[in-house]
Amino acid sequence: MLPLEGQRSGDSRKRGGPFMTRVAVLRLSVIAAGFALLELLCRTGIIPAFTFPPPSSIVVSALNILASGRYASDMQVTLGNVAASIASAMIVGIVAAIVVHALPAVRRVLEPLFGTYYAIPMFAFYPLLIVLFGLGNLPQVAIGFLLGVMAVVINTLNGLDRVPHVFDKVAHVLRLDPTAAAWRIRLPYASPYVFTGFKLAVAYSFVGVIGAEFITSSKGVGYQIAFAYNNFDNNTMYALIALVLTIVIAVNMMLHAWERRLLARRQR
Amino acid sequence: MKWRDPLLLIVVLLLLWQALYFFAGDIALSSPLATMRRLAQMLGDPRFVPHVLETLSAFLQAFVLAVLLGLAIGIALGAHRLTGEVAEPILVALYSIPKVTLYPIILLIFGIGMPAKVAFGTIQGVVPVALFTMNAIRNVNPVFNRTARVQNLSSIAWIRDVLVPATLPEIVTGIRVGFSLALIGTLLGEMFGAQRGLGFLLMQAMSLHNMPNIMAVTLLLVLFAAIVNTALLGIDRRLRRRSGAA
Repeated sequence: MLPLEGQRSGDSRKRGGPFMTRVAVLRLSVIAAGFALLELLCRTGIIPAFTFPPPSSIVVSALNILASGRYASDMQVTLGNVAASIASAMIVGIVAAIVVHALPAVRRVLEPLFGTYYAIPMFAFYPLLIVLFGLGNLPQVAIGFLLGVMAVVINTLNGLDRVPHVFDKVAHVLRLDPTAAAWRIRLPYASPYVFTGFKLAVAYSFVGVIGAEFITSSKGVGYQIAFAYNNFDNNTMYALIALVLTIVIAVNMMLHAWERRLLARRQR
Repeated sequence: MKWRDPLLLIVVLLLLWQALYFFAGDIALSSPLATMRRLAQMLGDPRFVPHVLETLSAFLQAFVLAVLLGLAIGIALGAHRLTGEVAEPILVALYSIPKVTLYPIILLIFGIGMPAKVAFGTIQGVVPVALFTMNAIRNVNPVFNRTARVQNLSSIAWIRDVLVPATLPEIVTGIRVGFSLALIGTLLGEMFGAQRGLGFLLMQAMSLHNMPNIMAVTLLLVLFAAIVNTALLGIDRRLRRRSGAA
């Protein structure tokens, strides 16, 4: 769903520069203008209120939902499942990448799988996972995990490939055993790539968990959105959608800022 | 020799599947052989084929729309530097939000049926095509363009001999990612709200707890996705090798 390799954006902001560049101001104005246009189209009735309520009233109902705490438990379930699927994807993905990296023959056999993995419509496995894991939280976590884990594996491998040979020699000289060498030398060197995998795992986990909740489940934000849709409760539906998107965008921006700080520290 | 590793992979996956079947039993899943038999039987069933065609037609429409729209957006953003810089983070943000949450909105706009599925497949697939196209155009080596100017190439010759060969490998990668996403989008659309198509069959089989049918439809989808993706990957690699050698 996302490019497997991280992309450096063409953002021209530099450290120590003005708080916002012209590009950033323009970008904010474009977004604001988009919302204003949408608001106008809704208020004048060109877009019927039943299809899409005005953005301002979506914000009001989203704030009401937050204040009332009506969906707090669903939010908790969803975010907990997302966290579980990110954690499992990271742990399994990194360990698998280290193992596969050490075994070139295995890697060569697995190579076609790396290229094809994301073409497989993972949600088609959801019915199977429900049968395997029952109707609790596990099938949702499993979908998020399945979507996220390969991005972690591929990016960690990519990072491990770039570790200079001299580092292996250092590990050899220091008589580090393979686990210690991986943990203390190779993995830290590969960390920017692992971070790209982490960012993708976060995005995929949200997609997987919420998508799975949509299809079939009995709790969670995705379920509540589907429930509101089925009951023609548009106010709740749009408010919940807006909340989910806000949370995801906020998380992505935080990760982006964190990544920049990590990269800046490395370059010093 | 070239086929040894992929074959080995398929054998390993089949063995894992069989092992899982021994471990979990008939209730949880069906064996590889039984699944393939069921799939063959389904493909011969005149009631099954229309569902396949329905999904295929929705997916193809979504894919074509995603590629055309993505190319148009990518070219527009790639051609103008400032527009591209303003739009890129917005596109990336659109790319990483769970678009499944937008599905009810699509249904409200288009109603249940073919247009909603196509729209959903398209919004999933369009962003990667646009992003990759934009980056491809931006990253064309400026020396190529200067050389073209020195040689007084007409715009048509420039597009044919410089722009297309320089950007094609990257665009094909975008199309490959867009292909997978459009397929996933179409299927999700069918799973969430549809009366026909493979996604609908999956949901129906799930509510009836019909494991052989779930597995057969899943296998069909995985085979389709894997085969097309392998073909696109082959084209992708050949283009990259050529542009790397040039």
